[in-house]
Amino acid sequence: MSAIKSYDHPTNANQFNQDQDRTHWHDSSLWFIREKRDRMSKSLPEWETLRSCASQIKAHTVSKLADYLEEFEKNATARGVQVHWAKDAEEHNQIVLEILRKHQAKRIVKSKSMLTEECHLNPWLEKHGIEVVDTDLGERIVQLRQEPPSHIVMPAIHLKKEDVSNTFHEHLQTEKGNNDPNYLTESARQHLRQKFCQADVGITGVNFAIAETGGFVVCTNEGNADLGVSLPKVHIACMGIEKLIPKADHLSIFLRLLARSATGQPITTYSSHFHGPVEGGELHIVLVDNGRSKIMNSDDYRNSLKCIRCGACMNTCPVYRRSGGHSYAATVPGPIGSILNPLRDAKHHKTLPFACTLCGSCSDVCPVKINLHEQLLTLRTEVKNQKQLPMSKTLPMRIASYVFQRPKLYAWLGGIGKFFLRTMPRFLIYNPLNPWGRHREMPEAPPESFRQQYAQRAKKKSDDR
Amino acid sequence: MSSKDQILKSVRNQLVPSADLPSLDQDWIQYDDAVAHFGEVLQAVGGTAIAVEGIDGLTEELAKIPAYTDAKKTVSCVEGLVGTVDLDRVEDPHELEDVDYAVLPGEFAVAENAAVWVTDAKIRHRVILFIPQHISLVIHCAGGKVEEAVVHNMAEAYQRLVWSRNEFGCFISGPSKTADIEQSLVIGAHGARSLHVFFVF
Repeated sequence: MSAIKSYDHPTNANQFNQDQDRTHWHDSSLWFIREKRDRMSKSLPEWETLRSCASQIKAHTVSKLADYLEEFEKNATARGVQVHWAKDAEEHNQIVLEILRKHQAKRIVKSKSMLTEECHLNPWLEKHGIEVVDTDLGERIVQLRQEPPSHIVMPAIHLKKEDVSNTFHEHLQTEKGNNDPNYLTESARQHLRQKFCQADVGITGVNFAIAETGGFVVCTNEGNADLGVSLPKVHIACMGIEKLIPKADHLSIFLRLLARSATGQPITTYSSHFHGPVEGGELHIVLVDNGRSKIMNSDDYRNSLKCIRCGACMNTCPVYRRSGGHSYAATVPGPIGSILNPLRDAKHHKTLPFACTLCGSCSDVCPVKINLHEQLLTLRTEVKNQKQLPMSKTLPMRIASYVFQRPKLYAWLGGIGKFFLRTMPRFLIYNPLNPWGRHREMPEAPPESFRQQYAQRAKKKSDDR
Repeated sequence: MSSKDQILKSVRNQLVPSADLPSLDQDWIQYDDAVAHFGEVLQAVGGTAIAVEGIDGLTEELAKIPAYTDAKKTVSCVEGLVGTVDLDRVEDPHELEDVDYAVLPGEFAVAENAAVWVTDAKIRHRVILFIPQHISLVIHCAGGKVEEAVVHNMAEAYQRLVWSRNEFGCFISGPSKTADIEQSLVIGAHGARSLHVFFVF
């Protein structure tokens, strides 16, 4: 699966679908999580109130983001935190490298952070001779396999335990053919304990940063972020500027929504609140823009900045479930990724807004009420306006438009169409020129068209009279 | 222009419609028996809640936990209970790598999600919250009433918290876990393999 090099979603999805059993298994694994999420949301009568509050808090924060960023920097600095600003991925990576060099750090442990994935921090640090170990179990599995994560919350959701067993046998010398998740997790625990103890610096992402206090929160189930930053003296936390919320009390809204939406848990095992460095240590926060301020300016897409990266939209998406995270060829896949990636790089990610049935399920489950499917529809227009649509999509539309504007031509072609559908052999109808018919039957040609029926009815009426 | 100024300038230049903050004063969930609900949710996430009378009751219950009685290296940050290692005398947190059991103070519990709020206010090395093989959190109940130590929901939880000092704080809900291999839940990913919560009244 790491062989996927194309940006074309249909091509990648097709590749994923070659293995039908695995596709069904992937689909049902994710649906299982979606159902857990449903049970959790229904256990709270105030669920919809929580969603509205979360959405409003994020809308408010974005409307005064500059003020809140300054407030956050001031309060964090007062607590002894060193705050850095990075306008893009390169600057972010450079800042991290400089901090590591200052401490002559050679070994880094990192907990799950979509931002550092977005900035491609790992290859950059490895290029400079630094060992980076991802410590989230799922992330470690895909790191050993040299694959990107396929899901933002469950990075190895595309893998079966046999795959993990083989990978661990190869890299961690586990018993060949032992597929027991308990055994495999225990092996990873032992392996990663060594890495935690040897690490010079710990890097984490940030789930929420609080302007009022200058602190931030990191959520994990495994405890890897906490182990990673409480043994070494130096902690670097990397965050996108949209992760800010105004007050600590607002966490009560977001922490109630995050894990319930993500995995159907009442809360993550660890929700750690960092306010200042450990005794005698250093705490660095890197605030990253990398295209976020541009999205702010658009009335159509601003809402996408509310995202808290729970992954609920992926778990529910009929396309994601059946095409796999890697088919999106992006750090953030699924419905939210199909918005964020084309906004950043329309040329490469132009197929993503079409990897959607517009069913609206993503918008229904989104804990911060992002109108995902509406934004995806709007994006399609944009892809068309930028002339990024392939001829196979534009030409039939142009022809249809021409025909629909000419009723007589339409009637004539309709008759021909019906005749062809009835009389032509299958191979002439189901051929490469008809992608619609690849997995579907064409409709049966009716004996009479609506026009003919209507004309007959009118004739009958006048005859009756 | 520095990156900070560039980012702030480009963020400030946007025409974003203003939006008010919502009121957090809403009808958040209340449970008939918050203590019982806490226990049920904790069990569901892999932990155990026990109410005990005084330190004697705590020692008695701990003696029933094999992981505690078998532990060679232990840490206690709870008054009246002694561990084999004195945390305040440990200079380098790496020395705590092989701690088998830690008994640590918790401040209060949250019924809706079985979370316990812990801080490093009385703990020299915060890694002790994460590195031991097994953990017990001990909550002293004000006025001898367990109900006093349990809030119903997260809104009430945050009303109890202050942020004046540089303390590390964490909501811990159950033992460390992962489901990254085929969605099979495995307890004991990197942190504690078991978690007991004691309410001492």
